[in-house]
Amino acid sequence: MININLIFPEIFISLSIMFLLIFGVYKKNSSKLVYSLSIISLLIVLALCFNLRTVTEVYLFNESYQIGYLSTFMKILVILSGVFVMSVSLKYLKINNILKIEFPILILSSILGMIVMISSNDLIVFYMGLELQSLSLYVLASFNKDNILSSESGLKYFILSALSSGLLLYGCSLIYGFSGSTNFIQISENIDINQYSLTFGIVFILVGLAFKISAVPFHMWAPDVYQGSPTPVTLFFAILPKVAALTVLIKILYVPFLNLIEQWQMIVIFLSIASMIFGAVAAIGQKNLKRLIAYSSISHMGYTIAGLSTGTNEGIQSSIIYISIYVVMNLGFFCCLLMLKRDGKYYETVEDMSGLSKNHPMLSFSLLLILFSLAGIPPLAGFFAKFYVFMAVIKSEMYFLAITGLLSTVIAAFYYLRIIKIIYFDPEKEKFDTHHNIALKVSLFITTIFILFYFIFPSKLIQIVSKINVI
Amino acid sequence: MNFPILTSLILLPAIGSFFIFFVKFNKNYQSSKYVALFISLANFVLALYLWSIFDNSSSEFQFIEEKKWIQGYFNYKVGIDGISILFIILTTFITPLCIISVNSTVTKRLKDFLIAILLMETLMIGVFCSLDLILFYLFFEGGLIPMFLIIGIWGGERRVYSAFKFFLYTLLGSVLMLVAIITIYWMTGTTDVEKLYQIGIDYNYQKLLWLAFFSSFAVKTPMWPFHTWLPDAHVEAPTAGSVLLAAILLKMAGYGFIRFSLGLFPLASEYFIPLVFTLSLIAIVYTSLVALMQEDMKKLIAYSSVAHMGFVTLGIFTLTQQGLVGSIFQMISHGLISAALFLCVGVVYERMHTRLINKYGGVVSVMPKYAIVFMIFTLGALGLPGTTGFVGEFLILLAAFKKSFLVAIIASLGVIFGAAYMLWLYRRIIFGEIKNADVKKLFDLKKHEIVILWSIAVPSIFFGFYPQPLIVTVDVSVINLLEMYNNNLKTFLVNK
Repeated sequence: MININLIFPEIFISLSIMFLLIFGVYKKNSSKLVYSLSIISLLIVLALCFNLRTVTEVYLFNESYQIGYLSTFMKILVILSGVFVMSVSLKYLKINNILKIEFPILILSSILGMIVMISSNDLIVFYMGLELQSLSLYVLASFNKDNILSSESGLKYFILSALSSGLLLYGCSLIYGFSGSTNFIQISENIDINQYSLTFGIVFILVGLAFKISAVPFHMWAPDVYQGSPTPVTLFFAILPKVAALTVLIKILYVPFLNLIEQWQMIVIFLSIASMIFGAVAAIGQKNLKRLIAYSSISHMGYTIAGLSTGTNEGIQSSIIYISIYVVMNLGFFCCLLMLKRDGKYYETVEDMSGLSKNHPMLSFSLLLILFSLAGIPPLAGFFAKFYVFMAVIKSEMYFLAITGLLSTVIAAFYYLRIIKIIYFDPEKEKFDTHHNIALKVSLFITTIFILFYFIFPSKLIQIVSKINVI
Repeated sequence: MNFPILTSLILLPAIGSFFIFFVKFNKNYQSSKYVALFISLANFVLALYLWSIFDNSSSEFQFIEEKKWIQGYFNYKVGIDGISILFIILTTFITPLCIISVNSTVTKRLKDFLIAILLMETLMIGVFCSLDLILFYLFFEGGLIPMFLIIGIWGGERRVYSAFKFFLYTLLGSVLMLVAIITIYWMTGTTDVEKLYQIGIDYNYQKLLWLAFFSSFAVKTPMWPFHTWLPDAHVEAPTAGSVLLAAILLKMAGYGFIRFSLGLFPLASEYFIPLVFTLSLIAIVYTSLVALMQEDMKKLIAYSSVAHMGFVTLGIFTLTQQGLVGSIFQMISHGLISAALFLCVGVVYERMHTRLINKYGGVVSVMPKYAIVFMIFTLGALGLPGTTGFVGEFLILLAAFKKSFLVAIIASLGVIFGAAYMLWLYRRIIFGEIKNADVKKLFDLKKHEIVILWSIAVPSIFFGFYPQPLIVTVDVSVINLLEMYNNNLKTFLVNK
């Protein structure tokens, strides 16, 4: 007998997708209504997920689906950021004439895919979730179909992502072949530590997941897709799929393959170091803010998986804290980006922000805090994110990783400082619009306050995350 | 003592800056300046009160406040001993003067400037109070943000270059310290300085950890060859920024050497004495010579700061009572005198808009009052007996002689060079004939300038003649520190 209330969130979100689809098709000009309804349904899903916060560990459907602290926390993170993404982007969609009923529905189905991914405890379920998520993302990336860059980014993302999905699937089949099961728990029971053939499978899966979180050297798609997609979609790309993929990465590495840690640890460390350094160096010359944030997110992913490479619970927890704070910072940054609007046109190059602080003191103060936080300067939230990761890394005595990571923060600080320089030190340009919808303002306010005052109550987040014990 | 006096000292300026940020003032923000001035003066009074109830005879940390902060890892812990209280008083003394000085030097975005200065004060007091390594790091690094903005927004022509150099240089130095702090935490299970003093740190790791801390402090001090950011930052920063930088920011590193390098890693400190001595001596002699050749007033004073800080590090690592007390005294005195010198440069800069020495000459005939205060500070900088500069340098040289004759001889050369470049600077600016027609148009000190400069001149002469109050305050703490240091060394030798 399956305890059906544990998967209420999934059921509810599927139902609302179907309902909204039919509703939107039959009722003319309902795109705005569908949009608001999908935000409301996301909020309900959020409440349903929140209801499960005390469930420690339950397996469903022949142990192929798992609900626990980790999955519930990550689901809440995903849905919450989904709500924020949707509420800040309405205006952008309207102005660019891409407010169609498909947009919210695609977002919902992508979130459904992520939730399935997060809870999966089986390679097949995981793959299903991944594909549902990716297929929606392909369409979302090229949603502004009159724009050549947007179409290009959709196509590019589709081709590269299909390739990586293929590799991932090949890895899954290899693992099935060598261990005789697709279930995470059974794989871990059937594993023979001395059998190296499984390593092939792990490598292929790692490649596929590294692609999804855009870790170097599988990052090539990120800058183009980030730049080409409509800004709300870029925001979506920058946070949600990463949270989901990270969760799967945690689960795959630590549930079935924990015993093979010696074989995958070096790979993860390499991914981490390469991403940190490459992301920091490559962002220096960028002029487009979305492209710049793509590189910056590559390097942030490097720090996130640095925590994963340790093979300890502290490491995993630090990664989760890192990604939570990363989500908030990126949300704040994109809120600012969505405010750079003048006469119905959005601006997105670094030069456009020249002298912003003269005309928009509050906006530029928030940006200042967000950028210093992204650079990891104390006492802002971004520093604590890095701090927890390095705590875990140094505890495992991986000094090389810690020192490389911290040195690359210095490199990364350079390009964040460059933006701050342009905002604060350079001569001012024309004024941007000062009227923004309330959701955008509130989101920016919340994220800024979080970043600024995180240091006063840092233990709240730790308390929640410390319940997550994967190993 | 239930009143959290240290926390209030730290928080008061921050609250003030929030107030200024959120409250709307009239157009030219004059009233926001009075608010900032009032808050910083109140903080100064609070600091003086703290000094008056501070117990000189105890070597323990006093006014300790401890609160749970990061769950299971670190606590918020502040407390002071005789060493830190002097720096706190220096900080709270210099900040109001900076705020008064903005009267004429900062013309744009006064409100933001005041916020930045007040935040700096919070962070600087925090550095000197914190008894937890992580907390210390937080304050130490947090200071980068406001200082970056101060240099970058209100600085001179090459301000962007200087601000970036300042930020990246110091950040690079500090990240290694963060690695060391976390390592210490995992080795000992705590970052509480008091506890760490008792536990001691594994001898095998001390050298590496010492080097990691050194990389941060050496950049911030700055010691040769990591000093190149300082002249740039000083030259481009606005007057108030230079004052903060010279008077207090540099002292954070000296304080860090005493509190952490000596306190936590006695063995490594003993081992690295030759390194520090060499670098300090090079700093003293080399930068003094460089200072001689400068044509820019601010650059000259910046290089002289490097030389003076060379004396400080030399004194600290003589590891004698005279040396340490001398170093602390030297830091306080340098904090007063270099601040005053930068203010003096600021006075003529805002009238002539040039810092080139050869544009001046014969200023005495138009600005006699200015010539007098500038004389006092010039003499203070070169260490004339009767000024605070003398006491510090004398004690340091005394300690150096004890340690090594050669070191002391070379260091004494620095005193001579110091006299040379300071007096030469004074002669070129103040005396001689008036060659530049602009000099004739100069007018003498305004009221607020007189207030600022004399309020620094009085203590630097007073404590020059009567250094006792300062020395008594630090003495017990220093003796205690050295005792702990020697005990640690002894136990190591016994174990060996």
